[in-house]
Amino acid sequence: MTRYVGRRLVETVPVVFGVLLVVFVIAHLTPGDPVLIALGEHATPEAVEQLRAELQLDDPLPVAFLKYLSHVLRGDLGRSIQNNERVTVELATRFPATIELSLAAMLIASVVGILTGVLAAVRQNSWFDGLSMFVALFGFSMPIFWLGIMLILLFAALLGWFPISGRLDYTVEIVRITNLHILDAMVTRNWTALGNALHHLVLPAITLSTVPLAIVARMTRSSLLEVLRQDYVRTARAKGLRDSRVVTRHALTNASIPVITVIGLNVGSLLSGAILTETIFAWPGVGRLVVDAIFARDYPIVQGTVFVIALVFVAVNLLVDVSYAYLDPRIRYG
Amino acid sequence: MHHRFGRIVLPVLVIAGLLVAPVLTSGAPRTSWDAKACGRVGGTLVFGQAQDAVTLDPADATDGFSVNNTSNAFDTLVRFAANGTQVEPGLAESWRVSSDELVWTFKLRRGVRFHDGTPLDAKAVEFSFQRQLDKKHPYHHGVFEYAEFTLESVKSIEAVGADSVRFTLKASNAPFLAMLAMFSNAVSSPAAIRKYGKDYFKHPTGTGPFKFVEWVQKDHVTYEANKDYWAGRPCVDRLIIRGIPDNTVRLLEMEKGGIQIMDQTNPPDYARIRRNKDLVLFTGPGLNVGYLAMNVEKEPFNDVRVRRAVNHSVNKPVLVRAFYEGIGQPAKNPMPPTIWGYNNEVKAYEYNPEKAKQLLAEAGYPNGITTELWWPNRARPYLTQPQKIAEALQQQLAKGGIRAKLVTFEWGTYLSKARNGEHPMAILGWTGDNGDPDNFLYVLLDADNAKKGTASNIAFYKSGALHDLLIRAQRTSDQARRTALYRQAQEVIHNDAPWVPLVHAGRVAAYRKQVQNFFPHPLDIRWFYRVWIEK
Repeated sequence: MTRYVGRRLVETVPVVFGVLLVVFVIAHLTPGDPVLIALGEHATPEAVEQLRAELQLDDPLPVAFLKYLSHVLRGDLGRSIQNNERVTVELATRFPATIELSLAAMLIASVVGILTGVLAAVRQNSWFDGLSMFVALFGFSMPIFWLGIMLILLFAALLGWFPISGRLDYTVEIVRITNLHILDAMVTRNWTALGNALHHLVLPAITLSTVPLAIVARMTRSSLLEVLRQDYVRTARAKGLRDSRVVTRHALTNASIPVITVIGLNVGSLLSGAILTETIFAWPGVGRLVVDAIFARDYPIVQGTVFVIALVFVAVNLLVDVSYAYLDPRIRYG
Repeated sequence: MHHRFGRIVLPVLVIAGLLVAPVLTSGAPRTSWDAKACGRVGGTLVFGQAQDAVTLDPADATDGFSVNNTSNAFDTLVRFAANGTQVEPGLAESWRVSSDELVWTFKLRRGVRFHDGTPLDAKAVEFSFQRQLDKKHPYHHGVFEYAEFTLESVKSIEAVGADSVRFTLKASNAPFLAMLAMFSNAVSSPAAIRKYGKDYFKHPTGTGPFKFVEWVQKDHVTYEANKDYWAGRPCVDRLIIRGIPDNTVRLLEMEKGGIQIMDQTNPPDYARIRRNKDLVLFTGPGLNVGYLAMNVEKEPFNDVRVRRAVNHSVNKPVLVRAFYEGIGQPAKNPMPPTIWGYNNEVKAYEYNPEKAKQLLAEAGYPNGITTELWWPNRARPYLTQPQKIAEALQQQLAKGGIRAKLVTFEWGTYLSKARNGEHPMAILGWTGDNGDPDNFLYVLLDADNAKKGTASNIAFYKSGALHDLLIRAQRTSDQARRTALYRQAQEVIHNDAPWVPLVHAGRVAAYRKQVQNFFPHPLDIRWFYRVWIEK
């Protein structure tokens, strides 16, 4: 196993390098001058030339890329064009918010999705099956943007059960250690902050979870249905085992491989879906950071963010692959 | 209350209070800001804008979101009046100009301190300016785009004694005083800049009415009242400026009371805000212009008859009603009526598609012309719904014989290409920085600013006559003379018709009823110094 993991880690290097190269090239070749965007209609010719020189935007592309690469290898992702802040610092302050949101959404999607999928499979063709699959399809088809605003209008504005936007009320004090509010609040036993943070997390997490939830539910259902048709399941039932035992002990573990795969792949869609959710709920995460940076042509931020997201993706997929060995003993890595 | 108390003691107290009040607020010279008293002291004011600040360094900020923050924590030597663009004393209590109009000497107020306790003196002011201008300055961390723009005319800056600062100009430049009042020329604490170095943009330290407390990036900035502010403490105890990107969500927050003032309302929401008894919708004339520029270097727009034909094809009142909810006015000049020197005598080109066709025929295009109309894919204050406005214009122009294909790019790309003169006709606009006519006419229509690649004059209109007028107006600080010159300039521009000036969008702000003394400034900067909240 260790050899397998080691090999996989080595394989990630060209992948990440490729990502970096592609992002760098696309960002720099996109028409639009970061200087002009920063200055808007107010750019004077002198200001524009001066700024371009200061930001070294006049280097030829290959040279610029090599300079960038050498910095990245030293852990320096550069500085934002908009405010000169180190990219690593920007990401460090923003990522926790997105991680918190994504994990919450993932949790909801996985737990609710798997439960729904299992129940639907076990009660195939019942009203529950039909209804839950319809709701799943609905959640999958509705634009996140619309769904988010609908949730806010109903549960926050009209009913007042949840706050409208943001991560924490400004009246709540919190010590920021990791910037994961839930974790920080628990560690410092700040129960007010914990409650407040959770309260703010509910609507955005639900909004973000709808697409992965639908996918997980449907995938669980179809995978489980397939497994339930297998001979060994029939044998188990014939042996007299309770149905719930059959499902959980024998069927589910085998059915879960495709489901885990899908959950892993969804991490990517979560990170991108987070952009819309973060915009609506004014959630200060990495999604908004990168969108604002793209429009401002803030190359270092765009490159740095995509680089880190690629790393996350690679790590998650590695974890998913490794988990197969635990779920299905037939799978061995040499 | 006891009857006697009400009849005798209370009036006595009130009169005593009135007698004492001027004494309490004296020490600071009267400016338009001092005239606004606090009805209630205390509370937290929350302002919601479309984005959180990008930087809190006033000299390095270029976007409105950052400027709304820095303008409350910092002061400039001179400042704009509370409700207009006249320039008043700020950190400088007075100033003199030499007879050749080249040397300006500003006398600073005594006893002013930065938020970190260090004193404001001439050396601090000099440091604050030099760090923006001098690229070799050890603390020149940042790009300081506005320094270039606002201090272009300055040859040297030096501290004279402890409380005077002398600016020597390269040539007499009347708009200089208005430039000095701009947000980028705020004075920062040298001690703080030295202490934080490249991180100063996260630790703003000025002399302003609000003192920086913390910045939760991409979310909000918190300030507390500067109780020792030289012009008297602000009314509220705390100011929070939040970034909420979605317009609808921001409005919902204001309806629920989560924020008290918001920025950038959607025109379709105006009716909803007006109907809501808890909210106020403020509308007023704007300091901007939306225009259609014709690239006079490209055929057929090199012919003034064609340009006039385009002017006759546009029906502006319809655009204002449809896309600006009536908040704004059709434009006939490049600068809005809110600016002094506006020439109302200019006779607008009347809407007359038949006349347009006639002019085109005279110019040698009896079957009209086929061209492109470029529009920017981003809403701007002067261009509320870019796509719809472009489509409406396309239809209007077609009736005048001008068949225009719509072309668009995303904002950054659009600016690049327009500046490079790649367009035949392009829609763009401008928001005034300082209420000086030069800021509109010279920047947008002078030959000096028509260089390919960096032009702000995207009509590439080069008129010797106009240039002469505008330079003369820069070189004298005699207001009457400048006014006469600018009035003439507007006639010249009107005759040559390099543009179709479209609209001066009105400015809109929405806030909760309990907010008092809030005046949405024509410069579109949100100053909260004298704002108080009713219980």
